[in-house]
Amino acid sequence: MRYFTKWPGGRKDPIKMKQFIIFIRKEFWHVFRDPKTMLLLFGMPIAQIVLFGFALTNEIKNVNIAIVDQSGDWAAQELIQKIQANRSFSQGLLLNSEAEVEEAFRQGKVKVAVMIPPNFGLDRHRPEGSQIQIIADASDPNTATTLTNYATAIIQDYQKSDLLPGQGLLRIETQTRMIYNPELKGATNFVPGVMALVLFLVGVLMTSVSIVREKETGTMEVLLVSPFNPILVIIAKAVPYFFLSLVNLTVILILSVLLMDMEIAGSLGLLYLSSALLILTALSLGLLISNSTASQQTAMLISLMAMLLPTVMLTGFMFPLENMPWPLQVISNIVPSKWYYIIVQAIMIKGQGLASVWREMLVLMGMTTVFLTLSIRKFKTRLA
Amino acid sequence: MRILKFLLQKEFKQIFRNRSILTMILMMPVVQLLIMPLAADYEIKNIHIALVDLDKSPYAEDLQEAILASGYFISVGDFNSFEEANQAFEKGTADLILEIPAHFEKEIIDFKKTSLNISANAINGVKATVGSAYLNQVINRFAQKLQANISGGIQVESLNWYNPFLNYQAFMVPGILVLLVTMVGVYMTSLNIVKEKEVGTIEQINVSPIKKYHFILGKLIPFLIIGFFVFSLGLFGVARLVYGIVPIGSILALYSFLFLYLIAVLGIGMMLSTYAETQQQAMSLAFFIMMIFILMGGLFTAVESMPEWAQWVAALNPVTYFIEVVRLVVLKGSGFKDLLPQFGIIALMAIISNSWAILNYRKTT
Repeated sequence: MRYFTKWPGGRKDPIKMKQFIIFIRKEFWHVFRDPKTMLLLFGMPIAQIVLFGFALTNEIKNVNIAIVDQSGDWAAQELIQKIQANRSFSQGLLLNSEAEVEEAFRQGKVKVAVMIPPNFGLDRHRPEGSQIQIIADASDPNTATTLTNYATAIIQDYQKSDLLPGQGLLRIETQTRMIYNPELKGATNFVPGVMALVLFLVGVLMTSVSIVREKETGTMEVLLVSPFNPILVIIAKAVPYFFLSLVNLTVILILSVLLMDMEIAGSLGLLYLSSALLILTALSLGLLISNSTASQQTAMLISLMAMLLPTVMLTGFMFPLENMPWPLQVISNIVPSKWYYIIVQAIMIKGQGLASVWREMLVLMGMTTVFLTLSIRKFKTRLA
Repeated sequence: MRILKFLLQKEFKQIFRNRSILTMILMMPVVQLLIMPLAADYEIKNIHIALVDLDKSPYAEDLQEAILASGYFISVGDFNSFEEANQAFEKGTADLILEIPAHFEKEIIDFKKTSLNISANAINGVKATVGSAYLNQVINRFAQKLQANISGGIQVESLNWYNPFLNYQAFMVPGILVLLVTMVGVYMTSLNIVKEKEVGTIEQINVSPIKKYHFILGKLIPFLIIGFFVFSLGLFGVARLVYGIVPIGSILALYSFLFLYLIAVLGIGMMLSTYAETQQQAMSLAFFIMMIFILMGGLFTAVESMPEWAQWVAALNPVTYFIEVVRLVVLKGSGFKDLLPQFGIIALMAIISNSWAILNYRKTT
């Protein structure tokens, strides 16, 4: 099979399929020869999916609470037992004064404190009432809000069981249902997130580094003077990582179904198709980085330092994107994993089809085209 | 000592010679610290709420008014039944549905139990939990106000210490700074030594009369200085000038901890580099470790909520301790006395990681 294409620099070269395959084989050898990197490539997604699937949750439980009982009567005891029995809070640290509470806060021992006032037992049935203070460590604002709510709910609960005959009490209760994800399982949020992170970052990292490495060790020179078309040399480098990423994806999916009890609600084929698309985007970005840098260190710094945190934060699985200030929402649009994350959520969790994800897929395709065009433009057949 | 001086001279020359990497090390943390905390905002405004009022009484209206006046919620409309509101859910336009039951007011006045239904779209766990927590808070306050009009009973007063305005940035900025400093440290040390291996210059060091600890110290000190510089730039430059966060605790305690922490983290970077032959290996290792450090450090999700085995993983993570310490010192004004356990652990980590690196570094292959 041979046909002619015009390449940058005005060279006319035949594309020879057989040679291309030989080059791909060479690249596979490069990868397989390095068992340490291989182990990491496969071990990383597995470890991460297990770790994060189980460990990360937005639920708040087992929080250390401090209780200051200034009354010492049995009513206070009953309330304390109620607090201790609640699964949101751990055993509870009994303290004597507000000063001790402050110390516990400063040492990071507790996050919330309940202060029961003197004469609680008697005052609570008097007309003027008795006032309990809940002090939250608001350096973490959301935990503070949630904990205050939990503690308030326990106190209200206590109040209900503590009515004198004939005493009037307002009983406004709330029942909260979490729809689509009743147990607030972190996995539904984090599995697609970790998929997006691992597939994207590994793709960018590995391609960019492996190409720059040939530049650094000098073997690139040899490849460039060979009669084989230089751009295909570069593209051949990306091929093994494309397949490795697909294997990684399969491993992640199997693990999340078997270990995480996730169900893949939508079409598996579509999921693979869109994942392949994200991997392509990642690889072409890797190509672009490698064509713009000369040393492995620079390539790594760009693909790790500059991209890791923004990808983690702007993909949308840690922090809701619509909550961010608009400049960041605009910036998040150039993060490919954001689009992939939307796609995976739609397919895996909501079970939607192509009709609702084609726009995101088009965006990924557009990005891939831009990255590829840029890297071909930037590609130089001569080394400096 | 003289040998160490020469080694340091060499390292600094190499670092300053590569301007592009140096500027990246210094600028990237600053830029990210400027932008990222804006993204890490759990304080959720603009929660879209669908209201279903089956009672249409003055009390029900008061409650709805209180909810919308709280500033967290935007009404996506009033619906006549839960089913109608549920459509807004399916379209994704609503995050929460509040259903006020018929006879709401009557039940309140008769002291009967009345129950409000909140449904949250929990695909986005954060928005669902935080949103319903806010809503519960508004409802509680509403109930307390009514109760106070009738009789005494138990009242609950809640106070928010250390951060009364619930400013989320005060919480995130110090944590993100820790991550950035850690990244600079781990990446730079792990890559630096492996590069010498890959280029072959390590042979020259191996055959010269340099002790192992000389070599490790020679690598450690320059990055220690860079780490200090990046941290100070973030703390006094960005955090203070841009976000207005002024540490209220002991700066001396904070910097002493930073010193031990950097030694520990750089030691980890060097330990990784002794296991890798190529920069690619070192980088995948560092990437792997960094991901775990970042996600298990307690910055994004609380450590206490993790299952027990995961809490052990977090306990082995130096980032966990530094994030804790930074928050304690910066926001709560803690000093040496409060931080003794963290100091002990990080010192231990520093000793272990560096001895590991020294022991595992072979001058002969």
